[in-house]
Amino acid sequence: MNAPQKPHGNKPGSRPLDLKNGRVDMSHGAGGRAMAQLIEDLFVGEFDNELLNREHDAAMFTLPPGRVVMSTDSFVISPLFFPGGNIGSLAVHGTVNDISMAGAKPYYLTAGFIIEEGFPLADLSQIVKSMAEAAKEAGVSIVTGDTKVVERGHGDGIFINTAGVGVVRDGIDICGDLAQPGDKVLVNGTLGDHGVAVMSKRENLSFTTAIESDSQSLGDLVSDMLEAVPDIHVLRDPTRGGLAATLNEIAHQSGVGIELIEDAIPVRPEVKSACELLGLDPLYVANEGKLIAICPSDKADELLTAMQAHPKGKDAAIVGEVLQDARCFVRMKTGLGGTRMVDWLAGEQLPRIC
Amino acid sequence: MKYVEEFRDAELAKGLSVAINAEADPDRIYRFMEFCGGHTHALARYGVEDLLPGNVRMIHGPGCPVCVLPVGRVDEAVALATQHDVILCTYADLMRVPGTKYESLIKARSKGADVRMVYSTIDALKIAEDNPEREVVFFAIGFETTTPPTAVAIKQAQKLGLKNFTVYCNHVLTPAAMRAILGAHTPEGAPNVVLDGFVGPAHVSAVIGTQPYEEFTRDYKKPVVIAGFEPLDVMQSILQLIRQANDGRADVENEYARAVTPEGNVKAQALVDEVFDVRDAFSWRGLGSVPLSALKIRAEFSEFDAELRFRVDVPNPKENKLCECGPILRGEKNPVDCSLFGTSCTPDNPMGACMVSSEGACAAHWTYGRFRTELELELEDSA
Repeated sequence: MNAPQKPHGNKPGSRPLDLKNGRVDMSHGAGGRAMAQLIEDLFVGEFDNELLNREHDAAMFTLPPGRVVMSTDSFVISPLFFPGGNIGSLAVHGTVNDISMAGAKPYYLTAGFIIEEGFPLADLSQIVKSMAEAAKEAGVSIVTGDTKVVERGHGDGIFINTAGVGVVRDGIDICGDLAQPGDKVLVNGTLGDHGVAVMSKRENLSFTTAIESDSQSLGDLVSDMLEAVPDIHVLRDPTRGGLAATLNEIAHQSGVGIELIEDAIPVRPEVKSACELLGLDPLYVANEGKLIAICPSDKADELLTAMQAHPKGKDAAIVGEVLQDARCFVRMKTGLGGTRMVDWLAGEQLPRIC
Repeated sequence: MKYVEEFRDAELAKGLSVAINAEADPDRIYRFMEFCGGHTHALARYGVEDLLPGNVRMIHGPGCPVCVLPVGRVDEAVALATQHDVILCTYADLMRVPGTKYESLIKARSKGADVRMVYSTIDALKIAEDNPEREVVFFAIGFETTTPPTAVAIKQAQKLGLKNFTVYCNHVLTPAAMRAILGAHTPEGAPNVVLDGFVGPAHVSAVIGTQPYEEFTRDYKKPVVIAGFEPLDVMQSILQLIRQANDGRADVENEYARAVTPEGNVKAQALVDEVFDVRDAFSWRGLGSVPLSALKIRAEFSEFDAELRFRVDVPNPKENKLCECGPILRGEKNPVDCSLFGTSCTPDNPMGACMVSSEGACAAHWTYGRFRTELELELEDSA
């Protein structure tokens, strides 16, 4: 960010981008002047960092010592704008969090845009600004990118792909296959906020809610957690499929069972109510700013304290423990006093009829 | 969540569990059927069966609308969506129900059919208003709970003068299905009913009231306790059923008095009567052809009847021969008794109807309870 500011602006002979009423057209992806202007005025202007500003086709950098972590994710969310974020902030948070879940510090991101002809430049501008803000907050730089425009009807407004690299320091070994019987399972806050916030804005669902997406980057929280307890065994963000799907993945990877305590799992009353109304189970609803941590039992309280001390973990809780179980079942002690399975989701979570 | 949480209270559940354990006679086995999928779901999701003594067995009934829809009707839905270029609207659960050769609406959609998931009949009406150049069919499904909203939609379509809106009616009737279960016979002709009583439907009874169940206590001597869908409702109704069984009584009791009255929702009943007529017979998955068990649209509203507007030809609908949904829906077999259960039939690849909806007996057991069966099997193995 300390690089001398390059003069952004118009190529000779072009009009400034109309970010208020303009729309993306095929020329914005054609490799000509219009594309150069879009890249310079919007992307380079907003993402603004030394590596990107050189406008080379590839970014060149040196990483600090340690093992390099790499991840990629594509974002196709509908609606593009939802309470608490938009596809842009989500695209940054998603990849940053995937890197953080390896216990790594994220450094650099790439961004690829597939934009549908006719997409409003004002929306694009807002999305790009959100990406820039999210990247700044997460302490990462978007250092290279790509823009393609597809004909009207061949995309859903905009799709974004981000990829990123980070570095994990020595002494940290975190993976989904490392959960051990006896370990405790923790989450950093309330579950289901993102999924319900997005669903509330789907066009065929007319219910109003004050729930905002929890979309946020988790790198700083993870950093504090590792400071307190370096031997965390597993970190994972329960995005699609929610807590249930992610715990089933971990159970299978590690060859263990997991038992949850229903009463210990934090869920906002508004989210509970919305799920009740729609016939959904909050355990299966997506999150974008939550993580699951699995650590040795004797470190759980220490880890919980570290999480609760961070604003992104103030509602953290110990929600269950890892068991020996060759069948790799995830089960739950219900609030009522019984036990039930928390199984994989079959297909999409569809509302029940009555 | 006021008014819901109170009915999920662990302390009260413990109290009910103690009472059930104390009053259940250890020398007999109680077999109660919860008719509704909503109850099946509540039992499984909250782990209620852990709080019941081993000799109180809950048998999961056919009250799951998508579960009992026969393969032929599913095939017709798929045919409507793929052959007639209509916008087919339906409730979400139905999307995954497999028809012949495992075709489903969700698969039809992936092949280009315009199938839309709606949350209410009003959504379907709106789609019809917004797309005047397209035919919009609402594939109506459900027990008495979902019937009045379909009647409202038809009346509303008439009022709006909509020419592109029709309803494919699959609404079914609860008492007819209960009658079919209680009238079951063995192949040799002997009565084949293993039930000691029913946990009666919640929402259905809010519409039809408690009176229609008197036939079962009178003619079949089976107690019916109407219960709400929360776990404490179900536990309370089980306690009441045990008491009736112990006393040798067969009465209709109403645990769900906060929503159900003896006469039910008279306005809704009148509306349903105005728009629908009872079919001579309707085919149910698991129960076969059941007389007077479903509704059709009355002649006065025939312009909104999709069955009259569209001709759908479906070749012979076929169910998997090994599928035990029938005996399971009648309470004669358990999900684990089916050779397909958990092997080739799972919620990801449902072969039978009971595995489709989370309210279905097989799906509920697979999703929430199979650890229990496997534990029992393990214990047996180690013994």
